[in-house]
Amino acid sequence: MNQNPNFTSVQTFALVAMRLLIGWHFLYEGVIKLYSPSWTAKGYLLSATYMQSFFQWLASESMISVVDTLNIAALILVGIGLIVGFKTKWVSVVGIGLLLLYYFAHPPFPGYAQGPSEGSYWLVNKNLIEAAALLVVFLFPTEYAFGIGRLFMKKKMEPAHQLN
Amino acid sequence: MKTDKNLFKGLSRREWIKILGGIPVLGAVWTAGYRFTEKAKTERNLLLETLNIKASPPPASGPMSGEPLRIGLIGFGIRGEQLMRSLGFATTEWLEQMAKSSAENPNDKRLDDFKAQENLNVKLAGICDIFDVRAEKALASFNQNGNVCKRYRTHSDMIHSGEIDAIIIATPDHWHAPMAIEAIEAGLHVYIEKPMTHTIQETYDLRESCRRNPDVVMAVGHQHRQTQSFLTAQDAIAKMTLGHVSLVTTTTNRNDDNGAWQYDIHPDASPDTIDWNAFLGTAPQIPFNAEHFFRWRKWWAYGSGLSGDLLTHDYDRINCVLKMGIPKYITASGGVYTHRDGRNVPDVMQINMDFPNFSTGSSQEPGKEKGMTLVYSATLGNQFDRGTLLMGHDATMELGNMLTIHADPRSTKYAEFIKEKRIDPMVPIYQYDPSANGVDAVTSATAKYFANKGLLWTYRDGKRVDSTFLHIREWLSCVRNGGNPSCGITEGFEEAITAHMGGLAYKLGRRVEWDEESERIVALPGEDLDAILLDNEVGYLMQKA
Repeated sequence: MNQNPNFTSVQTFALVAMRLLIGWHFLYEGVIKLYSPSWTAKGYLLSATYMQSFFQWLASESMISVVDTLNIAALILVGIGLIVGFKTKWVSVVGIGLLLLYYFAHPPFPGYAQGPSEGSYWLVNKNLIEAAALLVVFLFPTEYAFGIGRLFMKKKMEPAHQLN
Repeated sequence: MKTDKNLFKGLSRREWIKILGGIPVLGAVWTAGYRFTEKAKTERNLLLETLNIKASPPPASGPMSGEPLRIGLIGFGIRGEQLMRSLGFATTEWLEQMAKSSAENPNDKRLDDFKAQENLNVKLAGICDIFDVRAEKALASFNQNGNVCKRYRTHSDMIHSGEIDAIIIATPDHWHAPMAIEAIEAGLHVYIEKPMTHTIQETYDLRESCRRNPDVVMAVGHQHRQTQSFLTAQDAIAKMTLGHVSLVTTTTNRNDDNGAWQYDIHPDASPDTIDWNAFLGTAPQIPFNAEHFFRWRKWWAYGSGLSGDLLTHDYDRINCVLKMGIPKYITASGGVYTHRDGRNVPDVMQINMDFPNFSTGSSQEPGKEKGMTLVYSATLGNQFDRGTLLMGHDATMELGNMLTIHADPRSTKYAEFIKEKRIDPMVPIYQYDPSANGVDAVTSATAKYFANKGLLWTYRDGKRVDSTFLHIREWLSCVRNGGNPSCGITEGFEEAITAHMGGLAYKLGRRVEWDEESERIVALPGEDLDAILLDNEVGYLMQKA
């Protein structure tokens, strides 16, 4: 994939901003959970309205502490990666995975119980939109414009510079 | 080394900002998250320290060691079967049905739960049921796995057989006291279903019997006394969390035939398979009537309707938290409004129980607050869940599977907290969920939603247990290890008198008074209160009106 697309600076800025905002959201969710010892995904998983047996397995006594720890770790890693611009492609994939799990546990399908929600949704909800946004982050990497990835681009791009 | 040098070579300050610009954002977000949770924790701990409510389950009952106790059951109907499962004895039919049910639905854990239930070290040695079909069903299921169960034709035969140590009574109400008294006088321990008695006089007689035989353990079947949250509720009351409680509301909300006591009539029921005279006992002598036999809860002659059947549960639940005893006054209203099928016990009933001298304490100036009303509101024609509320000047307690307390916006005790916005009257200040690991002072709407959906079950020692099992275990532990059951004769006496006052108030249409000093329900000259209580005409006349 082209790692150095010819974006205008405004386009690059918009992509970086989106990456930072999503990273911000992930990191804050992860940190809040990290410092709330009684937090658990058990209730969310047990009340899943779709693929119940899978989510209830995740919520079982033997699984739940691993699931909670992995969830917090993944949220924080995705958040850090997106914010500091390091391995953004990898963390985008992990982030999409997490969001799709959240999406399918309580999907806004017609006829499915929606539970507590701040808005109205049909098929599409904010989890799905955030996953789609992460797909954009994955396909249009910006860590070479803003982020630690830029350090490694310098190294790789060194010969290219000479052609300029 | 060379690569490293190349890596950092010639980077301008602007370059460095582009490379490391995310780090301050990371720091800011992390710090914000950390500070937010710390502040929430501090607020929560401050609130919990202020409230100082001890969340604790009732103490576990003692060991089940020693020789197996020989139990006899009288009445193998719907409740009798449930009680036997709690005792560890399920019928073959039930086991087959549950196996089938769990095969179809893996979430149905009733069979697993039953199998995981602790062995209570008892023999089901005797059964007494005057309907042959039920007695034979019990014999077929309970004469296996080393248990020998014998059928006795009458309860007297069983009580005096010398082969039974303790009996469980799950018969129609009008047989509760006569059987219990006979067993207690014979030295047998007794577990009796609610309501404890059917008449006022029996209530005194049974208490006398218990006083004469102090070694006998008698427990009344109010299994909700085992509910995890009730000690916590007691502590919350003792710590003055609610302030002066002026009103308690409890409800029964049912809207189905089973809930309205329209039980199935067995096709094999006939004068040949049912000992009809044994069923009637002291009840009006009428010819064989299968409906009366199977749906006895619908008539005052054998049952006591909402006031005896269901008010007793709610009254005892509140009595075990508040210990307010027998009400000074009771008024009642209601009628047969939802099931005009020939029954004479009301199916809609409102009972107001007044305790003018009772107080849970006060946060206001001395003398301002005293007295409480307990309202029992019931309908068998709508099942909207209205819950149980203890309403105090400072806070409201919602008593269910979970225990939730909301501060009152006009509270005296929490006025400062509310003013400083540290307490939001819309958010619970305390919530106790027996299945969770801890207590939570401030619970999100989401967590409340999950709990209210029944997703967070009640556990003890990590196992889901049914409260009837715990209640029977407590009774057996008192028999084996000594001690008093949580619902014994004192609590049973208060429950039965209150139920009878409720029934009387409904039938008399006036306020019924309890004279605490003489321990009597006040009767007007010439009134025979028991005759009025058993009178079968009231409901019929109302239906005809």
